Amino acid sequence: MNIIGDIFLVIGAVFIALGGLGLLRMPDVYNRIHAGTKAVTLGSLSVLLGIALLHPTWWPKLVVIAGFLLFTNPVAASIIARAAKISGIKPWRAEEQGGE
Amino acid sequence: MDNPQTTGAVSGAHYAFVFSISLLLWLLLSGSLAWEEVALGAFVSLMITLLFGPRFTIYNGIKFSFMAPLYVLLYLLHFFKELIKANFELAMRVLTPSLPIRPEMVEIKTTLESPLGRMLLANSITLTPGTLSVDVTGDTILVHWVYCPPGTDAKQATDAIAASFERHIKRFLK
Repeated sequence: MNIIGDIFLVIGAVFIALGGLGLLRMPDVYNRIHAGTKAVTLGSLSVLLGIALLHPTWWPKLVVIAGFLLFTNPVAASIIARAAKISGIKPWRAEEQGGE
Repeated sequence: MDNPQTTGAVSGAHYAFVFSISLLLWLLLSGSLAWEEVALGAFVSLMITLLFGPRFTIYNGIKFSFMAPLYVLLYLLHFFKELIKANFELAMRVLTPSLPIRPEMVEIKTTLESPLGRMLLANSITLTPGTLSVDVTGDTILVHWVYCPPGTDAKQATDAIAASFERHIKRFLK
């Protein structure tokens, strides 16, 4: 059981690291939000699952935390994207930037 | 919001629902069934219900039925499948040296009517492959799409992004 829990912790950490790499590589704010939201949500869930396997008595609290993450992460992402749109940031377009 | 569902009168059953949700959340977070904990939780939940009950009308969108829990479960299964798919797709894009993205803003239409239903749909879109909800105005959701195939119109975008979720959500929300 401990091994499986550790594996989930590592998977979560890898996804969160990929999210960070996505933040560095993506060209504009909207694409960065993509990387930041999806990878970090699944990464956090995987970490929570790993913790749940390592400490079986924490299940109920971890489920509640997972629920909050699932509900609030995308809302926060949408709000940031909406603020970026309202403040007039144009989405990056593949055609215009061409060979850059 | 001037949506009729957020302004209607609230019933006793509605207060009972808000109270049970608050108490359930308290019990899960405190993780103890000692009578002092439960009594304090009941007191706090009662206060919350009395103070904020009339504002919790967002739950009005729920269609109560015997099958609802099953539909929620089916939705969650579909959602997690898409979430994992989204992450592998994103990982692939981030790790590919040429960074294969072709972002586009598209508008999609939803037939869901309740604020909760629309919020759940927008959240689902945000967490699934290559799409991010930017704005919701009425029945239109503005979506930022990381890889939009050339020449896609609103109808095709709706089918590709929202249709499967909408079908699932519709079974337990208005």
